[in-house]
Amino acid sequence: MDFDFTFFALLMTNGVLIGLMYSLIALGFVLVYKATDAINFAQGEFVMMAGYLAVLGAFGVNFWLGLIVSVLGMAAFGFVLERVMLRPLIGRPVVAVIMATIGLAAVLRGIWPMLVGVDTYNITLPISDEPIELGPLLLQPVQLFGAGVALAFLAGFTWFFLKSRMGVAMRAVADNQQVAMAMGINVERYFALAWAMAGLVAALGGVVWSSMLGVDTHLALIGLKVFPVVILGGLDSIVGAIVGGLIIGVVESVAAGYLDPYVGGGTKDFAPYVLMILVLMFKPYGIFGKRKIERV
Amino acid sequence: MFHRESGVFKTSYRGDMALYPLPIAKWTVGIIAAIFIVVAPLALDDYYLSILNLIMIACVGAIGLNILVGYTGQISIGHAAFMSVGAYTAANLATKLGWDFWLTLPAGGLMAAAIGALVGVPSLRIKGLYLAIATLAGQLIIEWTINHVPAISGGTQASIEVPKPALFGYELKSQGELYGFLLFFTIIAIVGALNLVRSRIGRAFVAIRDQDIAAEIIGISIFRYKLLAFAISSFYAGVTGVLYTYYLGIANYEQFQLVTSIDYLAMIIIGGLGSILGSIFGAVFITLLPTFLRNFMESFGGLFFTDAELATVVPYLRLTVFGLLIIFFLVVEPEGLNRLWRNIRNYFRVWPFSY
Repeated sequence: MDFDFTFFALLMTNGVLIGLMYSLIALGFVLVYKATDAINFAQGEFVMMAGYLAVLGAFGVNFWLGLIVSVLGMAAFGFVLERVMLRPLIGRPVVAVIMATIGLAAVLRGIWPMLVGVDTYNITLPISDEPIELGPLLLQPVQLFGAGVALAFLAGFTWFFLKSRMGVAMRAVADNQQVAMAMGINVERYFALAWAMAGLVAALGGVVWSSMLGVDTHLALIGLKVFPVVILGGLDSIVGAIVGGLIIGVVESVAAGYLDPYVGGGTKDFAPYVLMILVLMFKPYGIFGKRKIERV
Repeated sequence: MFHRESGVFKTSYRGDMALYPLPIAKWTVGIIAAIFIVVAPLALDDYYLSILNLIMIACVGAIGLNILVGYTGQISIGHAAFMSVGAYTAANLATKLGWDFWLTLPAGGLMAAAIGALVGVPSLRIKGLYLAIATLAGQLIIEWTINHVPAISGGTQASIEVPKPALFGYELKSQGELYGFLLFFTIIAIVGALNLVRSRIGRAFVAIRDQDIAAEIIGISIFRYKLLAFAISSFYAGVTGVLYTYYLGIANYEQFQLVTSIDYLAMIIIGGLGSILGSIFGAVFITLLPTFLRNFMESFGGLFFTDAELATVVPYLRLTVFGLLIIFFLVVEPEGLNRLWRNIRNYFRVWPFSY
């Protein structure tokens, strides 16, 4: 088979854009893990809920109003969630937190269709949907927009954690709660803040993804893609979320492009996990993660 | 049960670890066994028997998962995949080679144990969260493989029809006959697990759960026992898959998706981690939940929903209640239904004194 460069370039660009959008979702996961050492298995459901809020918040009329409702609603949801569900679980085995968020995922996936029905809602971004031509490539504006939002947020959070007072405090809490408390940091407040921020990021991810896929319960499935991304990049690294997202996006897109004709589709949902298993076996802390895994 | 323990003195560890803690417990167990073996199949009609059958299948799976999660402290979000491995192994052997259930059942279990031990290999390097994600990947990869390899899944529908189990040439077809078939294996599974957890192996599992480094120092090979826990647990899962396949008469990967893994995790959390009785409670509870909710909604749901809506609402209601229960038990009663049962029992045991 001849090597078709245009086809390859198309797959690459597609992968990069999708990858950045994965990074945006993964960012919410990384934020929570970085600050509270808790794992959120309901990140995909957060995104789904944000999508519903964005559609219903403005009754589908005004995009910006929907966005605001979604951002505020999700931040408040994250905050309340930390109070009600996660605080009682502090100090319990990691399995307990994992299961609690899995339970939360089930609740969200059950309650939204009950409230608003099983129809798929659509969000239209206030930008044109004409594909942009770039040489032989066709780029979807939705994807470009999503990638742009992702990059802006990733840069913003990197700055937040490195430079701002709150970000530094949050890192201190993540590093050692007792010492942070002794230094006068209000640990509980920062836990709540971390979850609120995860909600906020999920809101943006939700709006971007639902404008591409539409809002229904299937939107929650992208939560499963978060795991390869964060494992590859390192669980507590924002840079890792970007790089992991890009690699997973490209791997997925290229593998699907070249392998799908032979195996009859579905490579996209398969390749990231194979890569993830390999990473777990050989470099479990990921590319940028802190090496703090206990060897047993 | 509600036995008074006065006059019972245990003078050895062997006595303390015995399968029957009190002499009278033999009678209790005997009575319960008699109810299930003799009375239940005669007294119940097909509908209730079918529910009991599903409960028994769930029991086997929940006990298996509890050995891994509750006793050894290793999480697995991929147990449904191990069930599908067992199910498809048995289905292929039964249809292509014409094997009987007493060969396909252990074969399915062993195949699942092998795959389970393989997925468990990362547990030697990683713990907790990472293991959860690794087993999640195992689940998705096995699901995909079964779905995309026709040699395993038997064609495009990815389902294989299986003949009903036959005993000496007689096919077990009715719910009552299948009840006997399932009860036999469920009892073996329960007794096997009860004996396993009070043996050397079971104590090693608990030691690894409580403090793995200390366990290594007192001479427990973590490598061997962690893999053994994965293998035994997956063996149970494989057997669950085979039993389910024989019960339904068809092996279908849709019965063994990620949701099922989470169902089983919910069973052991709601029932009680690290307890065989708790696994049984959890299996009963989670299996009855949809039936209960459906009946409830049929009686009261008309107040809020039209009939057409009800059909779509019930599965989502189940999912919501199910999630809320997981969160509730984790936050409020981490030891699950088993703890509630113990509280009730202890109250009567020392009645009329409070302690």
